[in-house]
Amino acid sequence: MTTLDSSKEIQKNNSEVNETHEDFRMFGLITFLIADGMTFAGFFAAYLTYKAVNPLPDGAIYELELPIPTLNTILLLVSSATFHKAGKALLKDKNSESQKWLFFTAFLGIIFLICQLFEYFHLPFGLTDNLFASTFYALTGFHGLHVTLGTLMILIISWQSRIKGGRLTSQNIFPLEAVELYWHFVDGIWVILFIILYLL
Amino acid sequence: MTISIDPQKTNNESLQPKGWLRYFSFSLDHKVIGIQYLVCGFLFYLIGGTLASAIRIELASPMSDFMPRDVYNQVLTLHGTIMIFLWIVPVVNGAFGNYLIPFYVGARDMAFPRLNAVAFWLIPPSGLMLVVSYFIEGAAQAGWTAYPPLSITTPQSGQIIWILSVLLLGGSSIFGGINFIATIIKLRRPGLKLMQLPMYCWAMLGTSLLVVLSTPVLAGTLILLSFDIIANTGFFNPVLGGNVVVYQHLFWFYSHPAVYIMVLPAFGLVSEILPIHARKPLFGYTTMVFSIMGIVVLGLVVWAHHMFTSGTPPWMRLFFTIATAFIAVPTGIKFFNWVATLWGGKISINSAMLFSCGFIINFVFGGITGVALAQVPFDIHVHDTYFVVAHFHYIVYGGTVFIIFSSIYHWFPKVTGKMLNEKLGILHFIITFIGFNLCFAPQHWLGLNGMPRRVAEYDPQFQFVNQISSLGALLMAISTIPFLINVFISARNGKDAGDNPWNALTPEWLTSSPPPVENWEGEAPLVEEPYGYGKEISEQK
Repeated sequence: MTTLDSSKEIQKNNSEVNETHEDFRMFGLITFLIADGMTFAGFFAAYLTYKAVNPLPDGAIYELELPIPTLNTILLLVSSATFHKAGKALLKDKNSESQKWLFFTAFLGIIFLICQLFEYFHLPFGLTDNLFASTFYALTGFHGLHVTLGTLMILIISWQSRIKGGRLTSQNIFPLEAVELYWHFVDGIWVILFIILYLL
Repeated sequence: MTISIDPQKTNNESLQPKGWLRYFSFSLDHKVIGIQYLVCGFLFYLIGGTLASAIRIELASPMSDFMPRDVYNQVLTLHGTIMIFLWIVPVVNGAFGNYLIPFYVGARDMAFPRLNAVAFWLIPPSGLMLVVSYFIEGAAQAGWTAYPPLSITTPQSGQIIWILSVLLLGGSSIFGGINFIATIIKLRRPGLKLMQLPMYCWAMLGTSLLVVLSTPVLAGTLILLSFDIIANTGFFNPVLGGNVVVYQHLFWFYSHPAVYIMVLPAFGLVSEILPIHARKPLFGYTTMVFSIMGIVVLGLVVWAHHMFTSGTPPWMRLFFTIATAFIAVPTGIKFFNWVATLWGGKISINSAMLFSCGFIINFVFGGITGVALAQVPFDIHVHDTYFVVAHFHYIVYGGTVFIIFSSIYHWFPKVTGKMLNEKLGILHFIITFIGFNLCFAPQHWLGLNGMPRRVAEYDPQFQFVNQISSLGALLMAISTIPFLINVFISARNGKDAGDNPWNALTPEWLTSSPPPVENWEGEAPLVEEPYGYGKEISEQK
């Protein structure tokens, strides 16, 4: 009996007080990305410390080849731009154009992953060979996991944006904006990773 | 862009189970989630307490006779991990934070209710996993710090389950932290300024910042450690060219802030309880806020004081000693503010007040030994001895757990609408206070005289003092009985509390007890002076 009464009361209250609040989902996402960034910061700190205090034995030093990672850097930077294009198009209610840009972004992400795997298979060292090898695979692997998740999310939102007036429209652009921010974050991490791991 | 509150959600909520069943559901109500955290945490506290009793029984005699040595190692590892990750962190953050923060900011729920429920439901499975690992092939044996190479060389399955469980609990903690930050910053009732928030909000904001900034580093470190265990990499294995000190740095980058994650919310809670039971405004609100933020900033740069015996270079020792000494300043400010709040107040001697005063006494003692431990020459002498054990139990038990009990006595009427029995409460306090000090004060002497921690056997000359300590532990175990009786009897037959039994001014007391599903009938009240005690009541209304 009391439960019925209270649920009625809530409904009454709800209709009386028409409350609104700011959309803070983006705020939550930024906080999460800061946390995620700290994981990478921990890995980077570990890598740099190893580099400074745990020199490798002479035979194990290996210069990484630059062409593939440079290509990968370009791929990710271009994909950030194409993602931005997708958002612009959706804001103008051009759903199919937006979807094309999203597909192109996901395609670049997949190419990135393929290049990464290609590099893995052609490196002369394996995961357990030495400290540098382990750290190299841990860092690039953890980043690759982020790219994989990002690509999957891009494919999901491009599926959602296929219909006008569907789940992803210029009125409800949050899913796209959220994935876009995540994607830029992953790109930014890659640039830092590229500088620290390959160039330094 | 704005979001209007979805009436659909409220309907769904009223379709959720009612009565006690709702505590076993994926409820989105922050009050239900808060109680889920509290009860779940308390069950793990009982498990962790049983393990602690086993440790003290073993140590009552100098020989290893109560349990095999490897079981002793598992017991102390489980005790530490359960008490930290499944009792103190979830309860002092998750339980009280979820219950109180939406009231304090004048909201109907947390910012992300679904994330909130997910964060809670990560805890029971990971806790069970940890406990069950003991029965499979033995739990982890490397202590709650899981230092390699010990954690790499002890049996693998227990250690891996330990890592998995701590990773899940860390995830839960991060989700909770994100939620608290968003709720406090973004979900405040219009017109409520940051500097008008009750102190617990500031404490939780600071704590959540520490959670978000430091917990991910632990997660990354444990992933690397699990690679060392499973995939035979050498990150932390010196035999394969790795570096154990890197693990210690990364681990303490989380685990020192974790001390503040455990104790800052307690600072906030005691700042809520003292003014109400002393009928005085909180002394030095602004200095309190700046001290909390000072502790957050300094708390992130003092971690290496746990590693003075790990071959740290002199400049590092100097820096971390000074930074640690500095952290005593904001902490001291808070201590003096609490004393000044009590000074000249109309103090009611009840269980909540007694536990809070017990906290102040224990905490200042733990704080003093903490400053002593920050000094390199002293630390090198007592590192890894019972002195350290005594110090951190004075902080986490004498500090935080006392405040958890104080808060239960204080907010029980809010949650249930019934008062807890004061006589049983005072009995609970007396046994806990005597038992706690009897258990841990002698351990300072043990440590100074060189008894190492984490050992099942020790020099027979320490036997008498260890037996005193075990007697104290027995009293602490007994102290739980009046508390449990009190809670079970009072929840059914307790005195009716009314809406505001303490005549408090903080927002959670300005609604009915227990509160309605969405916290307020109508609009949330605007509380500009949560600590405006000592004025005429008519003036406030």
